[in-house]
Amino acid sequence: MSHIASVKSYVTIFLILMVMTTITVAVAFVHLGFFNKVVAVGIATFKATLVILYFMHVKYSSRLTKLVVVSGFFFLLILLGLTMADYGSRAWIPVPPTLE
Amino acid sequence: MEATPTLPALHYLNNGYGLKSWLLTKDHKRIAILYLISISVFFFLGGLMALLIRLELATPEADLLSSDTYNKAFTLHGVIMVFFFLIPSIPATLGNFFIPMMVGAKDLAFPRINLLSWYIYLVGGIFTFYALAAGGVDTGWTFYTPYSAAVSNTHVIATALGVFIAGFSSILTGLNFVVTIHRMRAPGMTWFRLPLFVWAHYATSLIQILGTPVIAITMLMVFVERAFGFGIFDPARGGDPVLFQHLFWFYSHPAVYIMILPALGVMSELIAAFSRKKVFGYSFVAFSSLAIAVFSFIVWAHHMFVAGISVYSAMVFSFLSFSVAIPSAVKVFNWTATLYKASISFETPMLYAYGFMGLFTFGGLTGLILATLGTDVHLHDTYFVVAHFHYIMVGGAIMGYLGGLHYWWPKMVGRMYNEFLSRIAAILVFVGFNLTFFPQFVLGYLGMPRRYHMYPPEFQVLNVLSSAGASVLGLGYVLPLLYLLYSLKKGAVAGPNPWGAAGLEWRTSSPPPTENFPITPRVTTEAYEFEPQMAPEFKLV
Amino acid sequence: MEQQKEASTLGMWTFLLTEILFFGGLFMAYMLYRIWYHDAFAAASRTLDLRWGGLNTVVLIASSLTMALGVRSAQLNRRKPLLLWLLATVVLGSVFLGVKVIEYSDKFEHHHVPGPNFVWESHEAAPAGEHQLGGGGPVTEPGRAASESAGHAPAASNPQFQQWTQIYFSLYFTMTGLHALHMIVGIVLMSVIAWMAWMGRFDDHYYTPVEMSGLYWHFVDIVWIYLFPLLYLIDRS
Repeated sequence: MSHIASVKSYVTIFLILMVMTTITVAVAFVHLGFFNKVVAVGIATFKATLVILYFMHVKYSSRLTKLVVVSGFFFLLILLGLTMADYGSRAWIPVPPTLE
Repeated sequence: MEATPTLPALHYLNNGYGLKSWLLTKDHKRIAILYLISISVFFFLGGLMALLIRLELATPEADLLSSDTYNKAFTLHGVIMVFFFLIPSIPATLGNFFIPMMVGAKDLAFPRINLLSWYIYLVGGIFTFYALAAGGVDTGWTFYTPYSAAVSNTHVIATALGVFIAGFSSILTGLNFVVTIHRMRAPGMTWFRLPLFVWAHYATSLIQILGTPVIAITMLMVFVERAFGFGIFDPARGGDPVLFQHLFWFYSHPAVYIMILPALGVMSELIAAFSRKKVFGYSFVAFSSLAIAVFSFIVWAHHMFVAGISVYSAMVFSFLSFSVAIPSAVKVFNWTATLYKASISFETPMLYAYGFMGLFTFGGLTGLILATLGTDVHLHDTYFVVAHFHYIMVGGAIMGYLGGLHYWWPKMVGRMYNEFLSRIAAILVFVGFNLTFFPQFVLGYLGMPRRYHMYPPEFQVLNVLSSAGASVLGLGYVLPLLYLLYSLKKGAVAGPNPWGAAGLEWRTSSPPPTENFPITPRVTTEAYEFEPQMAPEFKLV
Repeated sequence: MEQQKEASTLGMWTFLLTEILFFGGLFMAYMLYRIWYHDAFAAASRTLDLRWGGLNTVVLIASSLTMALGVRSAQLNRRKPLLLWLLATVVLGSVFLGVKVIEYSDKFEHHHVPGPNFVWESHEAAPAGEHQLGGGGPVTEPGRAASESAGHAPAASNPQFQQWTQIYFSLYFTMTGLHALHMIVGIVLMSVIAWMAWMGRFDDHYYTPVEMSGLYWHFVDIVWIYLFPLLYLIDRS
């Protein structure tokens, strides 16, 4: 990582993270139903992305590093997605009635 | 052409004597030997469990072992064989030994982490030994909840922790391989000049890295459920046992590819060496390893077709499971094409390779039968499944391991083993294997359930055949132990390249020096470039 | 040296990859049960003190800032600032753990630790008329269509509701406990790195251990970035 970021850039990212944290907490007090989850995870993902790109220097890292990061989340999504596909689709075909 | 080969004066085995020089070694070759000894111990321990199982099953009644003891026998057989033998087998022994040499490096990227992974493996093994000695565990190697987490009164925690710990050994090995293959290749060793053995281990390492953490956390959850009364998988407390199965199989399906991919890599090496021809369709075979690794992660629920998952998702997983067979088939076709019009021979490693091709293909086809949703409903939890996975793991993985062990033995120890005895052993393994496991396909089709120690009398003949086969197979496994050990002192000196094979590992002495190559190799040729003039003089027959 | 640094970087990122999947299993379990037992999870989550959780989030993100600044000092071969930033990171991490101790003790006192002593007493009115997806987990059929609005939400004193809050707390303790264990490892690691820095082991050509430890630290921060909203902010409306 030969790229040396400025103190200002780090502090800026920190401040953005603080703002996003405040927003997350504030939104939790508003009833948005399903969208509460979306906003919460969405903001968390945005924050995580900032940490990864700037604090962990991935923005200035090799393609291989970027690939490693992406693949980690990709396989996590497979775990979450395919498992929930099972649970989510159980309602589509009801369990057949028993023979009694 | 050359005078009788002699052993090099200084090599990795005699470079430093004493327990400390071995137990604190950073040399990947010594670590490979340490692993070789440990996994062999576990192999015979797991084999002992198999002996108990097959002895019991020779008669229809439950006359040898009590139900509980039988449950413990098949559980420990599975746990030991899967986690402590098959998963480390080829990567930790042959992989550790040869990947640095094949890429032209002095050692792996992180030699001390390599040693650490062996110690971690041992600690995991100690937990499992403890579980065995203290009375066993009876949940099946699959640890299904709620039985394992809430009901069983056997040593689940010790075994779960043993598996958890051994998982880290696997992760570290995979991590080491990935970094080594990416960053430590010698000048001129491009990705597409790597031996296919390396590609196979790269793919295996990807699975180890991505999959093992999930079973680690799953074992941890079973542990907290048992130890602290947390209710995560227990339906009596609102938990879902199927969730356990999803998490368990998310790793354990890719795990079976951890077990077979390295053997597929060995196969490419053996077929190239003993047909004296480069592997047909090199890039297809290389990419098929990666494809298997990626595909292996999206098929896991085919183990759960009758567990209560939705029919829609079962159909999806069934379809995806068919697709994972394609890259495996690609390999088999390419090996066949390699053999076509090649100068093939029948040394012991190649005998294992021929056996592998037949048994792996057959076992793979039966996997398709199980992947088919409709037939799986009938065959799930029967001996058909048992036969299928033993065809792949024993007929495939273990034969690949033995083939590789016999191929690289002269390189590792500098001496040849007795070729006559080794061929006898290979034949015994093949015959014994088929006699043991083919009847089990029939038994499963006829409906005999797995994990039962009693069965209807009409199944006895097939079971007796299976048990008889197991004794032959066992003999076939004991023989190599004997003649390989014997060869350490009394075998003929092998020289650097007894098979006339291509590959960087054959360009250095047998046994190799600690630093592998006196000077860093500079690679200019493609993989499997055979030099014609080496062929006839070094034939052993 | 350069090759070693590249190797170490790839090695550390690969290790972090395993950590993503490691925590991932817990997130999977959490996601399922939160969907099934949403109201119970929401009620249980409201017993967590948002002020402590919020403070910890700020503290941990701040520690990532100090860590990043520490790596920067190492890149510029400034030994004393490096040391100070590392110590600041250790201090902030310790504050985090201290707050967690406070939170955990509070949970102990309220008998919210799963196991034989678990007791759920809600101080909220049961949310009437609000529907839960499928009526709740495996005890009732989750296969029942989600459109079938429950109309009956189990009362908070309902034993099933108790079970479901216990599952929340099982996951809460497992996830935050595992995270805390990682924090402890991180603090030990940072202390070792700080000691090495004090001994003058790093300069602008060699600071790989600082950077690698930094990657680990940031990862642990990222896990908390997800844990905080998921565990503390289910439904505070």
